[in-house]
Amino acid sequence: MLCATFIDGKARMQPPVGLLRPLNAPNPHRLPSTVARDDEHLLVAAAKRGDTGAFEELVHRYEAKIFRLTMNITRNREDAEDAMQDAFLKSYAHLKDFQEDSRFYTWLVRIAANEALMRLRKRRPNQFSLDEPVEGDEDLMPRELEDWGPSPEQRFAQTEMHEILSEVIDKLEPDFRVIFVLRDVEELSTEETAKVLGISVPAVKSRLLRARLKLREKLNRYFRQGVAN
Amino acid sequence: MNCKSVIREISDYIDGDLDLSVRQELERHLEHCAECKMVVDQTRLTVDIFCDSRPIELPEDVKSRLHDALHRKLQEKSN
Repeated sequence: MLCATFIDGKARMQPPVGLLRPLNAPNPHRLPSTVARDDEHLLVAAAKRGDTGAFEELVHRYEAKIFRLTMNITRNREDAEDAMQDAFLKSYAHLKDFQEDSRFYTWLVRIAANEALMRLRKRRPNQFSLDEPVEGDEDLMPRELEDWGPSPEQRFAQTEMHEILSEVIDKLEPDFRVIFVLRDVEELSTEETAKVLGISVPAVKSRLLRARLKLREKLNRYFRQGVAN
Repeated sequence: MNCKSVIREISDYIDGDLDLSVRQELERHLEHCAECKMVVDQTRLTVDIFCDSRPIELPEDVKSRLHDALHRKLQEKSN
C-alpha cells in the first residue's frame, strides 16, 4: 500500500517495498546489455539538433532504470527522485558535450550515479567513504553455507522475490552497495565503475568481491533448503 | 590452491577474468571441494539474480514530477 507524505511542500509517495523485479528464468551470466536499442544514437543525434521529442523518448526509455539506480544507491525516496530529475536535466543541458564515445545510457548512468552519490555523502557523511581501505582476507570466508537446491529463486512469487532483493541490498554497507549496483545491476565495466567513483580498478574489484560474498550470505537466509516460502 | 585462495578469486572467476592457468587450478580444486563449489555456484546465482532484475514501472507521481520539470527546462531553452 502506498502512503502519501509531504516533503518540501510536494506530495511524495512512500517507497514501494522493493525496486527490483527478478525474471523467473535467469539468463546466462553477463549477456551484452540490451538496454541500448539500435536507434539510440539516432535519438541522441536528433535531440542534439533540438528535437525535444527525441529527448523525451530517451527519458521515457530510461526513466525507470535511472530511478532504480538512484534508489539503489541512496535508499531514500526523496534523494532518489531528486537525483534522477537532476540527472535528466543535466544530461539535456550538456547533451552537446556528449562525445558519443560510449552509449548514451552509460553516460546517463554516470551522471545519475554521481548525483545519487552526492546525496548519499551528504546524508551519511560518516558512513560512506570509498577512500577507506578494505579489510584483510580474514572476513572473506563464508560463515553460513547451506544447500539452496535447484533454482531457489523460483520458490518465491515475483513480489516476494522483489521484497527479498530490496531488503538484502538495503542491508549492504553503502560503499559495497554502490559498487555492486554499478557493476552487477547496471552492468558497467570495472573500468567504468572505477571512473564514475574516482577510485582504482583494484579497489573496485576488492569491494565487488566482498559485496557479492556478503549478498550471497544474506540471500542464504531465504534460499537455504527447508525454508518455507 | 586452497579454499581461501578460491574465495579470493571468485569474482574474477565468475566474470571470466582469470588467467587460464589460475582458472584451471581453481577448477581442479572445485572438483574435490564441495563447499567451495557451493560458494562459487551460489555467488554466481546471486549476481545473476540481481543482474536479471528489471525495474518496476516508475510510480506515476514520480514520473509526473519528472516530466513537469523536463517540460519547464525544454520551454526555458526554446524561449
